[in-house]
Amino acid sequence: MAKITLSQLRHSYMPAPKGPEDYALKQIDLDWQDGGAYALLGPSGCGKSTLLNIISGLLVPSEGRILFDGRDVTDLPPDQRNIAQVFQFPVIYDTMTVRENLAFPLKNRGVAPAHIEARVAEIAEMLEVTEMLDQRAAGLSPDNKQKISMGRGLVRDDVNVVMFDEPLTVIDPHLKWKLRSKLKELHQRVNATMIYVTHDQTEALTFADQVVVMQLGEVVQIGTPVELFERPAHTFVGHFIGSPGMNVLPCEVRDGGAFFMGRNVPLEGSITQSGTRNEIGIRPEFVTLSESGIPGAVRKVADLGHNAVVEAVAADGTRISAVLHGGDLPAQGETVHMQFAPEQTRFYADGWLASEARGAA
Amino acid sequence: MKTENQKAWFFVLPVLLLVAFNALIPMMTVVNYSVQETFGDNVFFWEGLGWFEQILRSDRFHAALGRQFLFTGMILIIEIPLGVIIALSMPRKGFWVPICLVTMALPMLIPWNVVGAMWNIFTLPDIGLLGYFMNHTLGIDYNMTQDPLAAWITIIVMDVWHWTSLVVLLSYAGLVSIPDAYYQAAKIDGASNWSVFRYIQLPKMKQVLTIAILLRFMDSFNIYTEPFVLTGGGPGNSTTLLSIDLVKIALGQFDLGPAAAMSLIYFAITLLVSWLFYTLMTQNDQK
Repeated sequence: MAKITLSQLRHSYMPAPKGPEDYALKQIDLDWQDGGAYALLGPSGCGKSTLLNIISGLLVPSEGRILFDGRDVTDLPPDQRNIAQVFQFPVIYDTMTVRENLAFPLKNRGVAPAHIEARVAEIAEMLEVTEMLDQRAAGLSPDNKQKISMGRGLVRDDVNVVMFDEPLTVIDPHLKWKLRSKLKELHQRVNATMIYVTHDQTEALTFADQVVVMQLGEVVQIGTPVELFERPAHTFVGHFIGSPGMNVLPCEVRDGGAFFMGRNVPLEGSITQSGTRNEIGIRPEFVTLSESGIPGAVRKVADLGHNAVVEAVAADGTRISAVLHGGDLPAQGETVHMQFAPEQTRFYADGWLASEARGAA
Repeated sequence: MKTENQKAWFFVLPVLLLVAFNALIPMMTVVNYSVQETFGDNVFFWEGLGWFEQILRSDRFHAALGRQFLFTGMILIIEIPLGVIIALSMPRKGFWVPICLVTMALPMLIPWNVVGAMWNIFTLPDIGLLGYFMNHTLGIDYNMTQDPLAAWITIIVMDVWHWTSLVVLLSYAGLVSIPDAYYQAAKIDGASNWSVFRYIQLPKMKQVLTIAILLRFMDSFNIYTEPFVLTGGGPGNSTTLLSIDLVKIALGQFDLGPAAAMSLIYFAITLLVSWLFYTLMTQNDQK
């Protein structure tokens, strides 16, 4: 168990990177607290797997350092870092039984046979694979194979961090949910730091206490699932998290207020700075239809049963979605008026959050 | 309403004809010869299983069969591990990959009788590069036309040179199909190089290696051209492998009956060993 510190980490796959665009990781400064459940969330190609491989030691970063409890491990190979990694495709040793698979990392480290047996039994019980222990691992289903590869990481009791690189990709949808809750449960039982890489927001938000959102090789926001949802630090986070994503409306700043199509939109607090690109951000969940407000023509209505998503287009072409609970749904083509809950209306300058939280001022 | 007719048979006919002329009819001719005796002029006498009995009891056949198993065994023992080792040490990415692959494939592209002739000249003690070097530079008495051991070493080295590439290419194909994650997981699990080979690379190569061994067994068990061109079965009978002996009986002595019986026995042995090997290898998978 250890606290992991990433200090001024940069990585490029090119031998001589020139500009920032040559870097897969631009600059990462992060602390992973001991025993935390983290998710690394971002679209494909944002650098999250690179970051993971750097932590595990499969990649040596171009610049910067990695510290485990203050000890510099930047140049240590993976087997000396006491980390475990679960890959996208289950990695199992085909010719071994499940028992031998689970014992393999311990055997390689010269652990006493009695201890190996006890640990394997304990982990097998935790993963509910006890009855498969003497089966050949090659014949297992993908979800059980993935469990075994997780088990190989968890079996070592000195493990600093367990990393999951999109581990549910090949798992059947109905088993995904089961395995995800199993992971959560495992985290509570073994208390190891866990980092879960995914591009799926549901996976990230259900697993993690803290979610690290990445985009184009940079960390955009770190926060609890609620923080990410309620106050996205960047419009990208607003788009990426939530379904549908946050409404982002281009606006003008006049007299300290934000104006959309000439209409003043009340914000949660005062604007701290404005940029060349100013936007208003509002979650569809906090948009309501009323008699007055911003007019828009209804383009699409999707009734999802427990709620409905209405997408309207304002006169300037901006699309605004609203999530409605009950009530009469407007018809397609109808003109509606939308109201934003002021305490949930944020202001973004050049993509970054630039309105004061309510009560802060 | 479904119309039923027998037109479909016409589509099978070409294949049937092909197989018939290409395998069945020649094979049946051999069976025909193997149970009869002829003195020419297309006059045949029924012989029953006499030729089979004669062949199976003949010391000459036993000796040739023994030499054949020795040859095949030796080349398998050398070529399979050597091929795997070469495949393991070949680069898996980058500039050198195509160069290595083409270099490896070269020996296999040379016709068999050319290989025999090449090695024949190569080993001549007075003018051959290898022969001259051995005799005059190293001072080792090496003459494969006189010394049975030298002849044996030469035909084995020649086969290794000609066919190890096949094992290399098949093993290599097995190796490159292993995803990186396996190696990464092994690193994290603290596996030694030997463990990586034993538990990742070898199991993943198992299927292609089964094919490689099977192909090398069948080809080397039926080998004729190269040793015939190189040594002609000599000195004496020391390198007379089964096929060389068979040709001697069939075409040299024109003993069609015994030759036919021998080729059927020969065929049965090849088939039996291949079947046993394949069954054993695939049975293991189901456990």
